[in-house]
Amino acid sequence: MREILDDIDRWRNNGRRVAVARVVNIEGSGPRDPGAAMAVNEDGEVAGSVSGGCVEGAVVGEALAILHGDQQPKLVTFGYSDDEAFAVGLTCGGILHLFIEPLTW
Amino acid sequence: MVTSLYEQLRDHIRNEQPVGLCTVIDGPNVGAKMLILPDRVAQGSFGNAELDRIVARDALAELEAATTGVRHYGPQGQTTPEDLADTVTVSVFVESFSAPPQMWIFGAVDFTAALAKVAKVLGYRVTVCDAREVFATRRRFPMADEVMVSWPGQLFTDRGNTLGPRDAVCILTHDSKFDVPAVLGALATRVGYIGVMGSRKTHERRMQRLAEAGLTAPERIARLMSPIGLDIGARTPEETAISICAEIIARRTGRTTPSLRDGSGAIHS
Repeated sequence: MREILDDIDRWRNNGRRVAVARVVNIEGSGPRDPGAAMAVNEDGEVAGSVSGGCVEGAVVGEALAILHGDQQPKLVTFGYSDDEAFAVGLTCGGILHLFIEPLTW
Repeated sequence: MVTSLYEQLRDHIRNEQPVGLCTVIDGPNVGAKMLILPDRVAQGSFGNAELDRIVARDALAELEAATTGVRHYGPQGQTTPEDLADTVTVSVFVESFSAPPQMWIFGAVDFTAALAKVAKVLGYRVTVCDAREVFATRRRFPMADEVMVSWPGQLFTDRGNTLGPRDAVCILTHDSKFDVPAVLGALATRVGYIGVMGSRKTHERRMQRLAEAGLTAPERIARLMSPIGLDIGARTPEETAISICAEIIARRTGRTTPSLRDGSGAIHS
């Protein structure tokens, strides 16, 4: 979170809406620990990361859908689990749980 | 002017003051937030006073331990599996933003500058301490957060109680008049890592001096990483800094530090 604060401030000062995605849980092998955070503004600009580059593209899509859609926070899972919701996987084989929400608090 | 929870969180993180953020990620009130500050009433609510109280209590404990993770509660803060069996579960992401860990480096030498640089990359708050005024200067260690002209004993007396398991003390002086008080000072704290630089010969002589100063208990001696660093064949100050920091990481994670090539199993676990 620390490393994305400056970008978030700049975007908000320019009147841009921002969504934040945070790793909340990891099953198996995963590149980043819970707390790793990434911010996306409504123009699709990105700060920070939540994996080793495997899922960031998909996270941008989710974040933009929230910012341009219903503004509702969302728990998203990446990886090859049985109840797989997304086709994007982690090359390391782990399962990554992310919480994505608009920064309206 | 009312400051939002995000702005308060941001300011505390920037000022390196410990702060916790709790977010409902599943169950009723998804997205609801509580901000946790030590010695202050929590801000925000999950919609039930008892749930708020229990979550705040747990989040303070996580903040003290600098841990982050998901916890599950009943709608009134129930936590036991029996109580949770027949009720809606509120899943809360409890995130701790602790003050950065400290590294105290004794001895203002070339190895110190390299170690301070690598320690900053790893997120440490770095203090360089040497009793010799000509060496312990800001100009020689611009990367350090703090450069102190002091005897080791004094620094430990003044601030030793701020050191904990996440922190490190690295003693690079190899001069027993600094080493001995620094080692004894560090051993009197809860610091997680104590490394002492020197050749095997220096190490032998130092252990002799330490024994004369009363350090004989094996469990206290076992806390010392001396000679300091992993055996990676480091030569330069920069390589040595990497070897020291790698040892600190390995001690924290409890690894015996084999090479990835020679092991098996998960890399991140």
